[in-house]
Amino acid sequence: MSSLQMPKIDNSIISNRDKIIMDIKKIVNPENVLSHIDEIKPYETDALAAYRQVPLLVVLPESVEEVSKVLKYCNKNKIKVVPRGAGTGLSGGSLPLADCVLLAMGKFNKILELDYQNRCVVTQPCVTNLAITNAVQDKGFYYAPDPSSQIACSIGGNVAENSGGVHSLKYGTTTNNLLGIQVVLMDGTITNFGGKVMDSEGYDFLGLMTGSEGLLGVITEVTVKILRTPEVVKAALVGFTTIEDAGNCVAEIIAQGCIPAGMEIMDKALTKATNDYSKAGYPVDAEAMMIIEFDGTEHEVESYMQKAKKIAEINNSSSLKISKSNEERLKFWAGRKAAFPACGVLAPDYMCMDGSIPRGKLAEVLNEIARLSKKYDLPVANAFHAGDGNLHPLIMFDANNKESLRKCEEFGADILKYCVKVGGALTGEHGVGIEKRELMCEAFNNTDIQQQLTIKAALDPSSLLNPGKVYPILRKCAEEGRVHVHGGKTKFPDIPRF
Amino acid sequence: MFMEEKQNSQTFQDFNQSIFKPKTTEEISEIIKNCYKKNVPLEINGLKSKSKIGRNFQAEKTLDLSNYSGIIEYKPEELYIKVKAGTPIKEIISELDKNNQQLAFEPNDFGFLFSGHSNEGSIGGVISCNFSGSRRFKSGSARDHLLGFQGINGKGEIIKSGGTVVKNVTGYDLCKLLSGSFGTLTVLTELSIKVLPKPETSNTLIINNPHLKKALEYLNITLSSSVDPSGGVFYPEHFRKNFTFNDLTQEGALIGIRIEGPLNSVDHRIKKLCNELDILNDEFSVLNQEQSNIFWEKTRKLEVFTALKGSLLRIVVPASETFEVVQKLKSYEINYFLDWGGSLIWLQLEEINTKILKEIKGIISDVSGYLTIIKIEEDMKASVDIFTIDPIKYRISEKIKKSFDPKRILNPGKMYSGI
Repeated sequence: MSSLQMPKIDNSIISNRDKIIMDIKKIVNPENVLSHIDEIKPYETDALAAYRQVPLLVVLPESVEEVSKVLKYCNKNKIKVVPRGAGTGLSGGSLPLADCVLLAMGKFNKILELDYQNRCVVTQPCVTNLAITNAVQDKGFYYAPDPSSQIACSIGGNVAENSGGVHSLKYGTTTNNLLGIQVVLMDGTITNFGGKVMDSEGYDFLGLMTGSEGLLGVITEVTVKILRTPEVVKAALVGFTTIEDAGNCVAEIIAQGCIPAGMEIMDKALTKATNDYSKAGYPVDAEAMMIIEFDGTEHEVESYMQKAKKIAEINNSSSLKISKSNEERLKFWAGRKAAFPACGVLAPDYMCMDGSIPRGKLAEVLNEIARLSKKYDLPVANAFHAGDGNLHPLIMFDANNKESLRKCEEFGADILKYCVKVGGALTGEHGVGIEKRELMCEAFNNTDIQQQLTIKAALDPSSLLNPGKVYPILRKCAEEGRVHVHGGKTKFPDIPRF
Repeated sequence: MFMEEKQNSQTFQDFNQSIFKPKTTEEISEIIKNCYKKNVPLEINGLKSKSKIGRNFQAEKTLDLSNYSGIIEYKPEELYIKVKAGTPIKEIISELDKNNQQLAFEPNDFGFLFSGHSNEGSIGGVISCNFSGSRRFKSGSARDHLLGFQGINGKGEIIKSGGTVVKNVTGYDLCKLLSGSFGTLTVLTELSIKVLPKPETSNTLIINNPHLKKALEYLNITLSSSVDPSGGVFYPEHFRKNFTFNDLTQEGALIGIRIEGPLNSVDHRIKKLCNELDILNDEFSVLNQEQSNIFWEKTRKLEVFTALKGSLLRIVVPASETFEVVQKLKSYEINYFLDWGGSLIWLQLEEINTKILKEIKGIISDVSGYLTIIKIEEDMKASVDIFTIDPIKYRISEKIKKSFDPKRILNPGKMYSGI
């Protein structure tokens, strides 16, 4: 992996370590300050495991007051702080620094209130995404955003990254499902943005904090909207003989006014790999395979499904299968959700990209990726949240071969640059973190970036909170920008991805 | 050609005029740069449909964006439309109509309230105020539909954020921050707005003559049901006269619940909802598409407050608190209706003074809600807070304002004194 420049280490902090540990032990329960290498080693990386750095120490606060006091102390003594939720992020957003206090929020793991009358849940940030749905599903409710890592990722992390999922076409991402947060700013200020009501007046700090990747504040409480579980959910598996047909089908379904709950496309390489891996019953001869899911009442789902079926047929679908039971529907998804491990079988290493593109550019972008694949002589498999234009190419390579790694990195950067060129974005849902930091200048000019840095400086003038993330340090468009998995040795190899 | 443009631009920037009416982004940037240099505060206007909302403030010059108008790009299949900030909402809606699409957040029209007739205003104004209609709890508000923007900050610099795709987590989400900022941070120039297909059918279940407590119960059941409603309002008896439709002949208060989707599904869901609510045949009627649309347009346009004489407050509370709050508000001379399934209270007050306002603010803040003054007599404006803010958020807002507009030249004091 190429070297990564991080903010300059403050040696006075390193040499003052013992005193800092003593001081912080006075703020929180001393047992919650971890400083021995065996204790802090597990925190050296998140799910972007190619980058590792042991922090100065790890603090596990138990209350918002403790978070506030720790931040106030660090602010006063100019100590960097890196917040961390479940550590499942794919862009290195919680990578520690050698001279930082790692603020691990793991003890904030309780759901505080299930409020059915106002259809919301108030929770601490380190509760997992799925635990929220689990807590309310017996009453027929669920929390809509469903990043594929939902069994492990924390809701606070979801807020920090504005996580999406396969259903964000219909239900939006975290930001559209969030009502309120409690936040602690770097100077120790505790405040609430939003609450149980919608569109609180004043500047939308709730929206600003969402997706700010831990640079503006530490989230200590989250209030999310919950929705009624749909009566019926059905999915269709559709095969196409060309990518163009699949792309046209997506565009037409949307143009006809059907908004599916989810609409996924995989190319031939990934369809075969996932089918071999999970025996999902996919049409392996198809050049592109699509999963279309509708939810709602029986009539509604039936009506949309028939409409989608017609559109697929007009667009030369080669096969079409509609789920007859919930088990069958879940089987359709099982292959898609196992895309990561399935690729692990094909090559020693692969890198997962996360670009967003206009839906209509799918065929063009996939053709460009195929051309680049030939140019760099590296195989690639593609998964695509077709409904909302979020593309996840998986580039296969061998990290033990330096030339292969270099080529893979260039290939990845070329894909993301192309996504921006066709009117898309560098990252749809994984965040910028350290991974795509140097590519920011592809999407923004200096004035745009400077405006964002000024906002950061307004809330954290000494740039102590999660420094080195999101914004370029080198101001060069380096060839970086992917998730790297070596020999299946990702931090969480067993949880589903994207 | 270049020289000619430059000359025009120079003529345009004649600083003696008090109203600037730029046509290009570059002109707007030049004007603001000049104001920044000379410390000249600017009032930012679109079509002035909502200019009476907010605090009065002193601005030497006006930046009028009504000539900065037009659709830049409309891609129905990509579900977005890119427009200049001064583009009239009417123009956007009629363009979307051609492709059977809509602005799903249903921007409120304040024209009837302020001037007795429709005045939808401009898209820039709608985003800057972030007031959204009845579909809010299902489809989100204006801020949820702004995919990307270009704007000019208080130094005259052209900045952008977001894009035209729905999934984008590249950098801070400034689309959210600028929505509802009343033009105090950045002058929005180009806006990419998410659009959605119009539902195939839209019908409305009207439940006749419920009292408030029962109405809130019905609305709660409805919003918690799998019938997926897209609107839930309660109009007390006072406003019944505003809804004289063929299918609405009864007296008394009414609840309107909108159900949208494919025709057979809508029928099925309305039947299902009637069962869930356990209402009898003579207690309800169903408005067909045409009447349903009229009903919700009246609601979106706040027609019941046409040429209102008194004051209008917009109050949002957790729906679980609405009953108690309204009971307390009834000690004043009020008329009101409820939107957002009971969470949004549009409150008309015959008489208002600082004491009454303070009391009402107390009632609302006790239940963690908020209150915005939409209409109040001009001579009272200086003595009341139009928006309410606590000291911590004021401090943060001050810092954020400074990061966009360091010399406070963009709508200074429009939201809060000193910001």
